[in-house]
Amino acid sequence: MSSVQLDNIVKRFGAFTAVEKTSLSIPEGAFVTLLGPSGCGKTTTLRMIAGLLDPTEGDIIIGGRRVNDLPIHKRNLGLVFQNYALFPHKTVAENVAFGLRYRNVPKADITRRVQDALDLVQLPDVGARYPKALSGGQQQRIALARAIVIEPDVLLLDEPLSALDANLREDMRVELKRIQARIGVTTVFVTHDQSEALAMSDQIVVMSDGRVEQVGAPQDVYNTPASEFVARFLGASNILGGQCVAHGADGATLEVPVFGKIAVPAAKAPHLQGQGPAKLVIRAEKLFLRDTPPQDGAITVPATVEAVDYQGQSARYFLRAGDTALQAINMIEGRPFDQGAQVHLSIHPHDCAALPG
Amino acid sequence: MGWAAIRTYTILVYLFMFLPVAVVVLLSFNQNQFGSFPMTGLSLRWFEALWNNEAVMRAFRTSVVLGLLTALISTTLGVLASLALVRYSVPGKNLITTILIAPILVPEVVLAVALLLFLNWLGIGKSFALLLAGHVIFTLPFVILVVQARLVGIRRDVEEAALSLGASPVQTFFSITLPLLMPAVAAGGLFAFTISFDDITGTLFWKPGGVETVPTQIFSMLRNSISPEINALGTVMIVMTVGLPLLGAAIARSMALKRGA
Repeated sequence: MSSVQLDNIVKRFGAFTAVEKTSLSIPEGAFVTLLGPSGCGKTTTLRMIAGLLDPTEGDIIIGGRRVNDLPIHKRNLGLVFQNYALFPHKTVAENVAFGLRYRNVPKADITRRVQDALDLVQLPDVGARYPKALSGGQQQRIALARAIVIEPDVLLLDEPLSALDANLREDMRVELKRIQARIGVTTVFVTHDQSEALAMSDQIVVMSDGRVEQVGAPQDVYNTPASEFVARFLGASNILGGQCVAHGADGATLEVPVFGKIAVPAAKAPHLQGQGPAKLVIRAEKLFLRDTPPQDGAITVPATVEAVDYQGQSARYFLRAGDTALQAINMIEGRPFDQGAQVHLSIHPHDCAALPG
Repeated sequence: MGWAAIRTYTILVYLFMFLPVAVVVLLSFNQNQFGSFPMTGLSLRWFEALWNNEAVMRAFRTSVVLGLLTALISTTLGVLASLALVRYSVPGKNLITTILIAPILVPEVVLAVALLLFLNWLGIGKSFALLLAGHVIFTLPFVILVVQARLVGIRRDVEEAALSLGASPVQTFFSITLPLLMPAVAAGGLFAFTISFDDITGTLFWKPGGVETVPTQIFSMLRNSISPEINALGTVMIVMTVGLPLLGAAIARSMALKRGA
């Protein structure tokens, strides 16, 4: 178990820059997620930590030691791939034992540690079978067992849940987090799935176009996005362009279309420097539809429901207020609003976040 | 007309192609000196005569040794070339592939004469090594085609997984890549062996004086007389060149079944 540090890492492929100057500090034992759309550089970053790619510039430091020139097979890392990458010509037990064979582990210990690892992933009885005889979810558990049995300094997970179907993916999410917490290994997890990132991570690193957009705890990244990209990528957001008309220690006041003046608390506007162009971010689930105007100090405006996307316990509404299109996701109490309904739309200023314009 | 006619025609074509072969096999068990039907009795005397014919046995040993060495060298070079072409970015990759595959496309006579002239120019005489080199050049494309196709199907992340677990690149090759490549390597080796065992055109040009392989031995025996021994030798050739690949395929299939594929 070790900390991982990226120090001004750059990766270029010819003229294309896959990762721009990136520095990142991953503390010992943390579960850190690299989150972003495909092509954002998250997998490239992971592969540089793994030693499968060499950074063009910068240093990679694992456990206080610069590992740039250390080949992958000497880095002592656990690597789990999207497509499991089990050895098809070896049994499950042989797969799990593979890394131990290169570590001078006595034979008797190998058998015991393989069994412990299989127990940990809750597949104690499949050692004699070949990978092909297992389901996708089982294969990924074996791949995880194979990666952790060597007691790696860092566990690297490259979209490990993406090949699984939806229900299984959520089970595996819980399972993976449980195992990681149990062994306490520093983990770097790469995904494009925001719900995976939010559910599992201690820290999320949001990436876009080879740059780090924001680093923070899931709640911080979700509630206080540092950029429009982060606000749009995580969950559904309404982003209204406007002006910051007052800025002080206790917050900022933004003037935006539809809602007029809104006082955003300082904690939700950390990136705003002063007066001038600014954007207001309102999460779709913080925009409430009402039959009658609420009496709780919320800012309320009239709007029209243009379309309804029924989702069971909640509904997603596409709204129009004046010239502005908005979306809201609300829990359904009774029955959802109908298309064409005139509603009162309310927000609380403390639910809003402000970004520089 | 219609399907019945097509079927009849097809059967006739196959008869035309394979009947002579069947006759050779049949006559090799003939008791009589002269090949005529109906056969007067079954006998293994021609196989026995073959066994006692020192020249034929020497040719047979030469062919087997030549075939085995060809298979060994061709598969080794073929695997290395395929790895370079599939796993690494080599400049001029397409050109190299074309050149490696070219011996299939060039008429064998041309290839044979070209190699001979080239070695004359270098001042190197005919030798067993030259014969072997010729056979390797001629069989290498088959090995490369088979091995490359298989290598493309082996996911890179399987090898990366082995590396991440502490196996060095060489250890990864021998514990992961090669075992997964084995069916193609075996198939390529069998190809190389049977092609080498069967080859006459190139061999006639390349073989040093006094060295005969089975095909060139048959060829020279035919110039003197048509002995029933040749029928027996033909039967042995058929068993070797048809039977071996079939046996190989059967073994490969039973191995795959055992793995639960």
